[in-house]
Amino acid sequence: MRIWDQFVEYLSDPATWTGPGSFWTRLYDHVWVSVTATIIGFLLVFPLALYLGHIRRGSQAATAVVNIGRAIPSFGILAIAFLIIVEVGIGGVRTPWSVLIALIALAAPPIFTNTIAGIQSVQPATIEAARGMGLTEREVLMDIELPMAMPLLMEGVRIAFVQVIATATLGALVAWGGLGRYIIDGFAVRDNGEILFGALAVGLLAIVAEAAFSKIQRAVTPKGLKVVR
Amino acid sequence: MNLVLGQADQLIDWAWVERNMSQIIDRTWEHLTLTGVSVGIGLVLSIALTVVVLRWRWTYAAITGFTGLLYTIPSLALFALLVPFTGLSATTAIIALTSYTLLILIRNIVAGIDGVPAAVKEAADGMGYTPRARFWRMEVPLALPVIVAGIRIATVTTVGLVTVTAVIGLGGYGFFILRGLNTFFWTQLIVGVVLSVVLATILDLILIGLQRVLSPWARGKV
Repeated sequence: MRIWDQFVEYLSDPATWTGPGSFWTRLYDHVWVSVTATIIGFLLVFPLALYLGHIRRGSQAATAVVNIGRAIPSFGILAIAFLIIVEVGIGGVRTPWSVLIALIALAAPPIFTNTIAGIQSVQPATIEAARGMGLTEREVLMDIELPMAMPLLMEGVRIAFVQVIATATLGALVAWGGLGRYIIDGFAVRDNGEILFGALAVGLLAIVAEAAFSKIQRAVTPKGLKVVR
Repeated sequence: MNLVLGQADQLIDWAWVERNMSQIIDRTWEHLTLTGVSVGIGLVLSIALTVVVLRWRWTYAAITGFTGLLYTIPSLALFALLVPFTGLSATTAIIALTSYTLLILIRNIVAGIDGVPAAVKEAADGMGYTPRARFWRMEVPLALPVIVAGIRIATVTTVGLVTVTAVIGLGGYGFFILRGLNTFFWTQLIVGVVLSVVLATILDLILIGLQRVLSPWARGKV
């Protein structure tokens, strides 16, 4: 089959694995920018979400954030970030800045929403009991609400991270590297081998990230909340 | 260096919008068709798969596992996976877009049917409904709000994803986003993004309206 031959040919080309455009460089760029964006997005919204969750406010804001976030295409966010960076002129066109900014904007909403939802999912009776036992507000938040919110919170981080990995692929459209390069370059030169290579690399990365987060999610869930299987 | 905020009057070149009105209308139609066909096929497939799940419960984990896997694959990668086989075509776009709707739709349809209170089913049995009549006249109508909620999420998500099909030569409003990006032209970019958001919002409102018409007893709750 021709497509298969092209794929094998691309795999066995040494240029795929060494040099500046190698798989490892692009994988590193892709993962690096995704992890950084998720961490920054987390740091930006987590304190506010924690506070809003604790005072039992902001669930409407959280719902609105989800709905609006879903309606704005992530491709559009990336494109807007790119043009802004070009206008402001930070170090030329080929910088990770526009990708990083767009990805932070995409990572923040699910983390915000799920943190609030997680904390508010704690039964009021549980919190009353904790207060009755003499826990301070700080202890209620850190020892009761936060651990019990962990499963939903990590779910939010997982959704954010997987979405960030996916959108980082589009970074190739704004002249950035990452694994999306294979797909966009492959489209440009009509090389099915390169296209398939990129598709598999990106697909596998997303699946691995998702699986890894499911593990983390289970690990940070307090014993008493774990679903017995 | 141009300052973004300093040129707000130039951000939207209305003359461009007027000149390109016919193209904007064409792209609207393309965006609507890709969304409608994908969600439509997704809905038919999801209903079929839900029938399987309701009959053989053990298939649920396998079906959500597989559709979840599809959902995880980034859109650009899924297009790229299909292009060597189906080319830069609407077929490629629709296969990929449809596969993203499945997880959302199946989960909501099954959750909707599962959410029908046991007491209601017993009452239906007591009134002499056959299992088939009970399903269509009690369970499906009562599950509709949850099902329509799923269709809303699937539709709004698909409207956003259609923009990415610009890279395979389609795109609907995504065409303007990609063009604006490549030519550093704000007007085109903003027209693409804003119209996409507007379209998603309008379709969402239509579905909310549909939900209210179909389940009058639930008004005021949603």
